[in-house]
Amino acid sequence: MYAFEYHRPGSVADAGALLKANEDAKIIAGGMTMIPTLKQRLAMPGELVDLRDCADLKGITVSGGTVTIGAMTKHDTVASSAEVKGAIPALAGLAGNIGDPAVRNRGTLGGSIANNDPAADYPSACLALGATIVTTNREIAAEDFFTGLFETALEEGEIITAVRFPVPEKAAYKKFDQPASRYALVGVFVAKTAGGVRVGVTGAGQDGVFRQTDMEAALSANFAPEAIDGVMVSPDRLNVDIHGDAAYRANLIKVMAKRAVADCA
Amino acid sequence: MSNVTGIGVSVKRKEDKRFLMGRGNYTDDIARPGMTHGYILRSPHAHAKINAIDTTEAEKAPGVVAIFTGKDMAADGVGSVPCGWLITQKDGSPMNEPAHPPLVVDRVRHVGDQVALIVAESLAQAKDAAELIEIDYEEMPATVGVASAATGPLVHDEVAGNLCYDWEIGDAAAVAEAFSKAHHITKIDVTNNRLIPNAMEPRAYIGEFDKGTGEYTLYTTSQNPHVIRLLMGAFVLNIPEHKLRVVAPDVGGGFGSKIFHYAEEAIVTWAAPKVGRPIKWTAERSESFMSDAHGRDHVSHAELALAEDGTFLGFKVETTANMGAYLSTFATSVPTYLYATLLAGVYKTPAIHCNVKSYFTNTVPVDAYRGAGRPEATYLIERIVDKAAREMGLDRVEIRRKNFIPIDAFPYQTPVALQYDSGNYFATLDRAEDMADVAGFPARKAEAAKRGKLRGLGYSTYVEACGIAPSAVVGSLGARAGLFESAVVRVHPTGGVTIFTGSHSHGQGHETTFAQLVSETLGIPLENVEISHGDTNKVPFGMGTYGSRSLAVGGEALMKAMNKVVEKARKIAAHVLETAVEDVDFKDGVFTVAGTDKAMPFAQVALTAYVPHNFPHDQLEPGLEEQAFYDPMNFTYPGGCHICEVEVDPDTGVTQVVGMTAVDDVGNVVNPMIVHGQIHGGLAQGIGQALLEECVYDESGQIVTGSYMDYAMPRADAFPSFKVDNCVTECTHNSLGVKGCGEVGAIGSPPSVINAVLDALLDVGVTDISMPATPAKVWAAIQGAKTAQAAE
Repeated sequence: MYAFEYHRPGSVADAGALLKANEDAKIIAGGMTMIPTLKQRLAMPGELVDLRDCADLKGITVSGGTVTIGAMTKHDTVASSAEVKGAIPALAGLAGNIGDPAVRNRGTLGGSIANNDPAADYPSACLALGATIVTTNREIAAEDFFTGLFETALEEGEIITAVRFPVPEKAAYKKFDQPASRYALVGVFVAKTAGGVRVGVTGAGQDGVFRQTDMEAALSANFAPEAIDGVMVSPDRLNVDIHGDAAYRANLIKVMAKRAVADCA
Repeated sequence: MSNVTGIGVSVKRKEDKRFLMGRGNYTDDIARPGMTHGYILRSPHAHAKINAIDTTEAEKAPGVVAIFTGKDMAADGVGSVPCGWLITQKDGSPMNEPAHPPLVVDRVRHVGDQVALIVAESLAQAKDAAELIEIDYEEMPATVGVASAATGPLVHDEVAGNLCYDWEIGDAAAVAEAFSKAHHITKIDVTNNRLIPNAMEPRAYIGEFDKGTGEYTLYTTSQNPHVIRLLMGAFVLNIPEHKLRVVAPDVGGGFGSKIFHYAEEAIVTWAAPKVGRPIKWTAERSESFMSDAHGRDHVSHAELALAEDGTFLGFKVETTANMGAYLSTFATSVPTYLYATLLAGVYKTPAIHCNVKSYFTNTVPVDAYRGAGRPEATYLIERIVDKAAREMGLDRVEIRRKNFIPIDAFPYQTPVALQYDSGNYFATLDRAEDMADVAGFPARKAEAAKRGKLRGLGYSTYVEACGIAPSAVVGSLGARAGLFESAVVRVHPTGGVTIFTGSHSHGQGHETTFAQLVSETLGIPLENVEISHGDTNKVPFGMGTYGSRSLAVGGEALMKAMNKVVEKARKIAAHVLETAVEDVDFKDGVFTVAGTDKAMPFAQVALTAYVPHNFPHDQLEPGLEEQAFYDPMNFTYPGGCHICEVEVDPDTGVTQVVGMTAVDDVGNVVNPMIVHGQIHGGLAQGIGQALLEECVYDESGQIVTGSYMDYAMPRADAFPSFKVDNCVTECTHNSLGVKGCGEVGAIGSPPSVINAVLDALLDVGVTDISMPATPAKVWAAIQGAKTAQAAE
């Protein structure tokens, strides 16, 4: 780890000011990716702005068919929240299966989606539920937020403050663990909403999280596991590594999607 | 008797209190006065020439004390890191043994090869300075996989075809004769996957030099400090042994990977007097992946000749083994004398021949890892036996029973050098089938099918050779060391006992097991016994712990020394009780005189030994301390049966182990809880090898599985609750009748898992799968079988 200046502002406004004043500054949320990156000397930020004390970035509210979760809310808090379990149990379940207890008690929603790891869990939920990413500057639809591997629509100095998840009629998330890391080799979030069925797929795509629109169409017509049987999942643009080739991931997308739909019943 | 916690008691481990409370004393916990921190700069390339190393800027960096390269060590006359076992090739010539400089001079041969040592006031400063070292690398093509090593780029220019040795064992003519009479020949090709050891505690060393006495001290995470002292002192650094102390304090797991003398040990010890201060180096986890000796990495083709009734007639094996870039300490013995000598397995196959070719590659050196050679042999045998049964339409259990070495055939001389002293493979098989409820398997399979799961049952019946070993035997086979063990029993004046053992505990529980032997033999409470190990200045020359040898060899040395103590104490008691030595009995910690009420407890004898007010000094020496060295007559031969039950999800290819039964004959058992714990650990590693673990290199020689993100270590949820039991046939050549339990779990289990997977996949037409049977691999095999069936 290289030396850096460490800041711990008490509000998102102060954090924004620090970022503005220090061009070299990076945000640290839960640090579940940032800390290993620093320890391996793969990043050399001159300034680190820790958001942990920003009380205005934490908390969960449910109202008017929307679950709003502060960006610095930890996975464990989401997983154990009665409000989230009541409104979108699949989201609480997803949070409760990220990493291990240590990760869930440090890692945050905002950190996860800002990093946009192609095997992270939350991005699939954001896409499938049609979430809105609220930042210090604006509101961004999830569709527009995840732009590529480890890339998002966030601009310099822009901080995620919260994510708004519309409550679906039904939803379920099924993750197939990569055997070593237990990140999602393939994770599929299926949501039946008033506007139709949406399917978010993480872990599999070369460009990161994506919507499986063929499945969405099939499920919108018939929301049942067997509806997916007839959907051809192309291995094109899917990841290949020692844990699975594209054909295997294509298969897992179908299997996990079917299991998620079955879970919705 | 209430004082005694003796043989057969599952007493909790004495050492665990300090470990569980964070009060262990590991090498990295040690801070020596004035200590500096070392960082090893490693090669990022698998194979490259070094044209120049420029340390000018780095030397000016803050906190830097010194920087050393291979040229500095070479100029100082530092030797090559030695290999401890000479293999003689089949043409009679010695193996090829290229130099292994601790720091490379002008060429790197694997990712992680040691290029420079940076010594600084802090580790962070050493790392900062390392980034300022400029190295002009000229990359060279690399040889990576062992299968293509013979034709790959030369790892060492002087070693033609990258061949370390071409070696054979057994009678090729007898095998050819057997095959000519065969009714059926079963052929198999298997790969024994390369593993990364992953001890919980990474390697760590502190080198120190006392300017006043001229004595060097090395603190090291070693399984065998005396061996390190011998190899490093005599072969690498030319330090006489009376000026070199090696201390291996608490060590957090080894699994073989901490047997070997590593370059970094020599580097910090050599550099300590140069900087005039102690130097600590501790591996980071990612460094461990690229510098701890890896395990396994064999490719074999085997053929089994059978008679019409399934009797094994002959077995021939061609094995190619990966040595990595340099020869690690015992690397050469693993695919030869620890592997091919086990190819008889538990069967009376009359003719066996094995040819082993070992090659250098641009990968981390490969050496012994839990089981070392014996898991490879067991996997090959138990896979081909299952395959033969299937091909011939015979029952896989009956074919085993038919070929087992009969109970009355012991001692049994195999066609591949070893003589098994005892065993009963029928008993362990019967017990395992009972515990695994094999009879109920069809019902369980049918129930699983209703859930869409494929359920399979797999067997492994195995024997291994451990308790290594007779010095005379291993010496005749090329070992450059003896393999005895030592013990000193020091009885203190008030009756407490300190044992100094040449064995080394790095998780095995010696402080408890050995203390139980003392409690049983001397009749004193467990808490009156202390076990001291790991310091060459305290303990007599010992060979350390590996090859499941601590109890069978170290424990036996302890028994021998205790017998001497009892005999001496008996003389003292006879003197005090004024009777003849022959009339003194010793039982339950008390010396008595037959036919009288005269008695003298052990502690009182001990006190008298050190307060010898009226000793006849011409007949009786004061003191009560004895030493013994023990060199066994033979290896020991644990054996048994492992039965694995799995469920495969055909949609995802996931294999879940739903039942694991291990019935092992490890001879007599001192502490059943500790033995079962050892077996549990071995099973975890065996199942890990079968389903999860594999070190993968890419074509350029980079480690793809360079961290836990990609190297799949087993977790607790990968296992069911294990069913473990022991059947006993006693070892015939040691007084305790013990064999060894440290490796059986890792040796016996992998083929049981793969055989279970193949049993599960039988109905869908899959006939082969390689380790690790990952979900992706199993799913692809199922798809391949479907495609093949569709084409028919």
